[in-house]
Amino acid sequence: MNMFIYPEYEVVRDENKCIACRVCERQCANEVHRFDPDTGRMIADSEKCVNCHRCVCLCPTHALKIVKSDDTYKRNANWDNQTINEVYKQANSGGVLLSSMGNPKPYPVFWDKMLINASQVTNPPIDPLREPMETQLYLGKRTAKIERDEKGKLKNTLAPQLKLNVPILFSAMSYGSISYNAHESLARAAEELGTYYNTGEGGLHKDFYKYGKNTIVQVASGRFGVFEGYLESAAAIEIKMGQGAKPGIGGHLPGAKISADVSETRMIPQGVDAISPAPHHDIYSIEDLRQLVYSLKEATAYKKPVIVKIAAVHNIAAIASGIARSGADVIAIDGYRGGTGAAPTRIRDNVGIPIELALAEVDQRLRDEGIRDDVSILVGGSIRSSADVVKAIALGADACYIGTAALLALGCHLCRTCHAGKCNWGIATQRPDLVKRLNPDLGYKRLVNLVTAWNHEIQEMMGGMGINSIEALRGNRLMLRGLGLNEAELKILGIKYAGESM
Amino acid sequence: MKRIYVNEKWCLGCHLCEYECAFANSGLTDIVKALKGKPIHPRITVEDCGEIHFAVNCRHCTDAVCVRSCISGALSKGEDGVVRIDKEKCVGCLTCVLVCPYGAVMPAPDGHAAMKCQLCTDNLMGEPNCVRHCPNNAIVFEERTGEGV
Ligand code: SF4
Ligand code: SF4
Ligand code: SF4
Ligand code: SF4
Repeated sequence: MNMFIYPEYEVVRDENKCIACRVCERQCANEVHRFDPDTGRMIADSEKCVNCHRCVCLCPTHALKIVKSDDTYKRNANWDNQTINEVYKQANSGGVLLSSMGNPKPYPVFWDKMLINASQVTNPPIDPLREPMETQLYLGKRTAKIERDEKGKLKNTLAPQLKLNVPILFSAMSYGSISYNAHESLARAAEELGTYYNTGEGGLHKDFYKYGKNTIVQVASGRFGVFEGYLESAAAIEIKMGQGAKPGIGGHLPGAKISADVSETRMIPQGVDAISPAPHHDIYSIEDLRQLVYSLKEATAYKKPVIVKIAAVHNIAAIASGIARSGADVIAIDGYRGGTGAAPTRIRDNVGIPIELALAEVDQRLRDEGIRDDVSILVGGSIRSSADVVKAIALGADACYIGTAALLALGCHLCRTCHAGKCNWGIATQRPDLVKRLNPDLGYKRLVNLVTAWNHEIQEMMGGMGINSIEALRGNRLMLRGLGLNEAELKILGIKYAGESM
Repeated sequence: MKRIYVNEKWCLGCHLCEYECAFANSGLTDIVKALKGKPIHPRITVEDCGEIHFAVNCRHCTDAVCVRSCISGALSKGEDGVVRIDKEKCVGCLTCVLVCPYGAVMPAPDGHAAMKCQLCTDNLMGEPNCVRHCPNNAIVFEERTGEGV
């Protein structure tokens, strides 16, 4: 018999407020709530609750809340409740623990240990409401050579560029891991904002080719849905070498999630598991990577930038240096807090390094080697606010990928059970009755609102520093100071301690 | 005129609109006090059949059959296009309940008159409360042209 594990969260209903409308019952795909006709009251089974807050948000009388259970084993600073429960779970099941979204462990968040500068007296701040404040930027190689044609006219030797109106893109989330309506919301928001969303490794649904000029298509180890039309349709192509949430391992989308539509888009049989191998089986060196980069460029007539995405791991700077030399136009680095639709818990929680440190290392290494202008740098893996974006750019990033923040805007409540496929918010699911809960007309507006709000805040912070363009902020580490950081951390981040002068 | 339109594709069958309607027409300002422990009498009805759901309430027809068939002149179409019922004039024959092709008129709980959606013009809400609380834009309150109702 399985060991009983007391639920981590409890559903609490205020009986004085509940009007027994049964909205919670209809909205919980985990079948937690039930109406008892004998007593005329609602009953909840907290054991099934994943704490997604769907019922809490929809209850018309706000009668519900979810609380952390105070049931506890004997207090033990080494063996905390969760650690013990995970042992019980594995003793029950014999299986690898699965989880989703980003690493929730209490590791230090370096964004929160960096402070932004502002101008006083000697250099005036700029008011973004009165003066131009440029957040537009381009991603791609900036190394153009001066060449002339026979008539002596200057040739355009600039490599293809991606134009962004805001320093924010939506990161890779595949159709399959997220729903059709989530993809539609992201695509429409990217179009309206003048930025890009990323198909992830699941191919591009036929309905979304019309958003091609705002689409980055991914080529991952499973090569799902990759064909000429797919590459042609996009603004840029991303080779996915790794993902921050699960560096070094592949992906596995269970057959149950391979619906007719997903199977058509991924170009694989319906109902069959979609396995993404850990490595690309044709890439075992930078030279191999270079071959794929150039194959993709050749296939698209050198008109589209190629991005190479890697997870932030220990030797990130050397790897990035290799990628910069592979012909890639952009390097995307994904930190260890990046989200996922499903990952083994131990990998998600223990593998990889923080994006802040990885970014600082990579930017410095590429500068030292004189190849920083050969590539743009994109970072992701838990960019939570406009302040994180500003700090990332000051550390050396060109722009930021947001994934989790975008899903939050769509309604996600970070219950971290995407892998179960029953997302009550219609995001990480393929069940038609649940997918329907995300109306893209509302979803895309919320995404546009979020990014617009962040962009205003970015402009405010830039204005405060007396900087009037994103370009002038990039790599401007003097605009940052550390707080609560040790020598090694300050050295890697390349910033001074708060209070230290220029 | 602005009417409530149904986007069946997005209706979840959550039935929130029914409760918000009942609250709006309760005359009370506290939803718990208005609805707790009582049967509700909404003027919007959610039809459910398997995975299909949609909410139905009065269409405020241009040539309203309920208005034409009312024997006591209790139903009328206002200047604003809203089809209203005057409870004082209604004799409770329920002819309108029978003739409305949408089933949008219903007997009032007191049994003496009929009742129907008046787009929340007759209560404290000011605008349709069902629309305001629909979580998925499955019902919208908007002006549409070229729509033959
Ligand atoms: S949604 Fe709220 S009021 Fe309705 S039954 Fe559930 S707890 Fe009660
Ligand atoms: S799983 Fe979500 S909807 Fe269901 S009871 Fe828990 S919080 Fe509410
Ligand atoms: S509130 Fe909206 S989604 Fe829910 S049943 Fe009514 S119309 Fe449908
Ligand atoms: S009650 Fe029925 S017939 Fe009368 S206006 Fe409304 S929908 Fe039309």
